[in-house]
Amino acid sequence: MKKTSLISATDITHLAKLANLPISKERQVILADQIETTFKYIKTLVATDTENLIETNQVTGLTNVLREDIVDDSRTLTQEQALQNAKKTYNGFILVPAILE
Amino acid sequence: MLLDKSLNELLTGYRDKSISPVDVINEAYGQIEKYSKDLNTLITVRDKQDALRHLKTLDPHLPLYGLPYVLKDSYSTTELRTTCASKILDNYHPPYDATVHKKLKDAGAILIGKGNQDAWGHGASTENSDYGMGKNPWDSTRVVGGSSGGPAAAVATRMCAFAIGEDTGGSIRNPAAWNNISSLRVTYGRVSRYGCIAYASSMDTVGPFGKTVQDLATVLSVIAGPDKYDATSVAHEVPNYQNELQNTPKKLKIGIAPEMFGNKLDTEIAQNSKDFASKLVEMGHVLVDISLPVAEISVAAYYILAPSETSSNLGRYDGIRYGSSRDLFTQESMRRIMVGTYELSSGYYDAYYRKALKIRTLLINTFQKAFDKCDVILLPENPIMPPKLGDLISDPLANMLADLYNTSVSLIGSPSLVIQSGFHKNGLPIGVQLVGKKFSESLLLALGHSYQSSTDWHAKGPSL
Repeated sequence: MKKTSLISATDITHLAKLANLPISKERQVILADQIETTFKYIKTLVATDTENLIETNQVTGLTNVLREDIVDDSRTLTQEQALQNAKKTYNGFILVPAILE
Repeated sequence: MLLDKSLNELLTGYRDKSISPVDVINEAYGQIEKYSKDLNTLITVRDKQDALRHLKTLDPHLPLYGLPYVLKDSYSTTELRTTCASKILDNYHPPYDATVHKKLKDAGAILIGKGNQDAWGHGASTENSDYGMGKNPWDSTRVVGGSSGGPAAAVATRMCAFAIGEDTGGSIRNPAAWNNISSLRVTYGRVSRYGCIAYASSMDTVGPFGKTVQDLATVLSVIAGPDKYDATSVAHEVPNYQNELQNTPKKLKIGIAPEMFGNKLDTEIAQNSKDFASKLVEMGHVLVDISLPVAEISVAAYYILAPSETSSNLGRYDGIRYGSSRDLFTQESMRRIMVGTYELSSGYYDAYYRKALKIRTLLINTFQKAFDKCDVILLPENPIMPPKLGDLISDPLANMLADLYNTSVSLIGSPSLVIQSGFHKNGLPIGVQLVGKKFSESLLLALGHSYQSSTDWHAKGPSL
């Protein structure tokens, strides 16, 4: 028995589903162990008091960076360019998996 | 070799016709032919005739005329596929150019290859690549460093005149030190990230690798500046970094933090950094004690924020508009995506993500206090020498700790210059980093240049 406490096998399955990752059974076992190690290290932050600190989301200090709402032709893709990397296309459109029956 | 010459010497030679850019490009391709496959340095190489044809179309007066360069394979390029070292993008041909690539192209430089890396930037060794583990040119049984390992090795082995990497948590700095070249992590926002496949957007930076600090200055003058396609690029004045090298700094206060020389640091690397400090004193600078008890908490905060951001950034790879399916992510990338997904999930957000954002504020405050007492901070670069191939990728904790001295700088957005500072007794190179206040690139480069003017560590290359 492995004395895993932080991350269970169920957690791994659930996380894989949330992250849309198809994961083999063997890989699930290795990942559970590695994710456990990662969190053990991350959890050392608990010892650092951050009670009175505000959050820093970004370091540029820039706020509300806006641009004119006009089409930039130099950055417009042709239909051919937009489709050039799609595996499945139909009549100039990208084919996507159906979400409704 | 012609490619041992500085960018300035090459450019001068091209203009007075004493050197032919064709010969230099041929030399670069010769090195690629000889070493790239064995060392897994480049993922994709441009057809040589195509590069030479492009050369003919260029105006010889352009600032980087004819100089062959390598980009990390995280940059969108219309000439060459962009894989980010992942089979998911094996056949991806970007319909547009990254801004850094466009600027270099417009300046006359010639892209000749795309460098190997850890897939999506996930690693500190270039072991996590779907195109073969990157090997170190100084000892091919060891890792090249990463994540920008390929571009670094390409400069060290003279497959190009300079290269561009991408640094999130140390990816430009770590491989520079392990390959005996110079590199610069720029201030966040100094260089546009447009067209660079995102790892962790709040820390990703675009920067140069070169043989010398002078070469870094030449390239930075071209690539720096705001970009309307990157809303986080900053409209801070872009000096002529090359001219600024002449302003040799006098009597700088160099901050040294004893906490950054702890027991996780290889003793020879520690001694090397101290020798570097002594040399700075000899050059007329003074050492100042500062306090930076932040290395470990920075790594922990980084491994919350970076996986969180990457889990979001990599959500777009669904194989529909481009690329292949998500089962092709490597185990290392899956681990990072799942860690990030967990940290951002409801109920854990405050404990992890929000906590890390507050740690970031703590780091900014701590560095601010340090910079009140000094002009530049001297840090070791890598805590260890390059491990054997396969060692780091199998050990997530060791992998994280490889960036022990890098992540704090990433989190606060400061620039950091890595320069060659000597050799380990095992013959492998060591580098140090000089960290400055935001937008202090001119000062860092001038200090690094004056160091290299009186030392010759940078002149040594690997014996291949």
